[in-house]
Amino acid sequence: MLKYIAQVLEGDYLRFKARVISRGDAEGEAIVSKNSFSFLGDVDAETGIVTSGDIKGESISGKIFIFPSGRGSTVGTYVLMRMRKAGTAPKAIINMESEAIVAIGAIIAEIPLLDMPEVDVLRAVKSGDIVRVHAGKEGWIEIR
Amino acid sequence: MYLSKEEERLLESDNPTVAKAMEILVALGEIYGADRLVEVKSAHISGISYQNIGDAGLEWLESLNAKLRVRTTVNPAGMDVIRWKEMGIDEGFYRKQIRIIKALENMGAEMSLTCTPYYFQKVKKGDHLAWAESNAVIYANSVLGARTNRESGISAIAAGIIGKTPRYGMHVKENRAPNVLVKVRDGERDDAALIGYELGRKLDYDEIPLVELPRKFSSDELKLMGAAMAATGNKAIFHVKDQTPEWNEFEIPGKKIEVSVEDKESCEPDLIALGCPHLSAEELLAIGKMLQGKKVKKELWLFTSRALAEKQKKLVESIERSSAKVFCDTCMVVSPATENFECVMVNSGKALEYLPKLRKVRAVFGSMEECINAALS
Repeated sequence: MLKYIAQVLEGDYLRFKARVISRGDAEGEAIVSKNSFSFLGDVDAETGIVTSGDIKGESISGKIFIFPSGRGSTVGTYVLMRMRKAGTAPKAIINMESEAIVAIGAIIAEIPLLDMPEVDVLRAVKSGDIVRVHAGKEGWIEIR
Repeated sequence: MYLSKEEERLLESDNPTVAKAMEILVALGEIYGADRLVEVKSAHISGISYQNIGDAGLEWLESLNAKLRVRTTVNPAGMDVIRWKEMGIDEGFYRKQIRIIKALENMGAEMSLTCTPYYFQKVKKGDHLAWAESNAVIYANSVLGARTNRESGISAIAAGIIGKTPRYGMHVKENRAPNVLVKVRDGERDDAALIGYELGRKLDYDEIPLVELPRKFSSDELKLMGAAMAATGNKAIFHVKDQTPEWNEFEIPGKKIEVSVEDKESCEPDLIALGCPHLSAEELLAIGKMLQGKKVKKELWLFTSRALAEKQKKLVESIERSSAKVFCDTCMVVSPATENFECVMVNSGKALEYLPKLRKVRAVFGSMEECINAALS
């Protein structure tokens, strides 16, 4: 962590590695939830507004959505697709530890997804921070 | 997870469907700690009913542009593709369902439309498979000794396209070991479906049972028991003492529990439905014998695969002379047709679990014999 603080003090961006689950690049405003999330039931796919948990009432659409892990029914996989088509999907997702439903949903909806970041993103990033995500052969997250 | 050069190239494939399929397998492998990919003999896709996957699923299937590399069968749809009108299915649903079927056919999937793919292909002990459909998974692992995780519809398609699946979970021998010894108490009822139903509820999520049964179960009974256990407890495998192929290949678990069958809720059925999972030839024959020369007084719907119904044409005709209906390609759990009734009587623990949740109807349990008798009186 000291190394990162040092980088920030020197004016560098805070960048840390993460595991690539779904490929792609994105940059945007972060929205952070500390709850596990189900795309079937926790969000209105038509609007992108979250309907339960600690960020209830806030929008995840067009944002870098950061939450610990997914849960719930496999039908949730298709909800990410529907959000992508409706233009309400998040730009990218960062999990502490991904599970299959959100992972596959992100892949088929072409939403970049990283997990297992080398720092605790739930603490390191605050809603409103600008975050850059790279998920290719390697994966990293940059807080700007 | 280790990838061969060829597998790495597929990740960069010019065909986006192939690249995505590979990306899905790699993601699953990473998440679940697989060491590498393993070749599969076959794939089986769930999520075929338009009722379950909706427009988002339909559009995704239509966007795919690749051929399946291994034999791939598919689960039941939301209707009998020939007698859909008779089931009370509307034209709009029919059209969407046919689009789903066409999309899968274009990829080279076999239009089996059954949840019992194990009746139509030789599955050997130790074979690696990528099957979705929870009853098929638990039957393949437990009764046949094959190896498959509980795939989702999408991951099964990905495995079918690549011909491989990540090696973790049920593909690894030591993960198949039982860790709880279950004694089924002698009681008034010993229905396999009810025993499976209770087991699924009682066991913790990571428990694999070695079951001591009160008597030897037929393969049809093991099917009903597994289907119920998978529905109420998300189980992928069970072992039965002296019966299933791997029961004595592991240490006998130290932890012991007892289960017994409990009374279930009751209602007066306006539909009696058998065939969850799809009826086997033996079950169809037993029902045929019970109905011979008789007329049913309540709606009696029987569900099986088209392949079996066509093979047993005479038997099906004889059953239908009783005014019972034999529908193919679908079942009471995935078809919206069931929603036209209020209380459905079933001999299936899986249907007992899912009908109230998915079709919003009440469900009551009876053995096959009790179900047929209810239809006749």
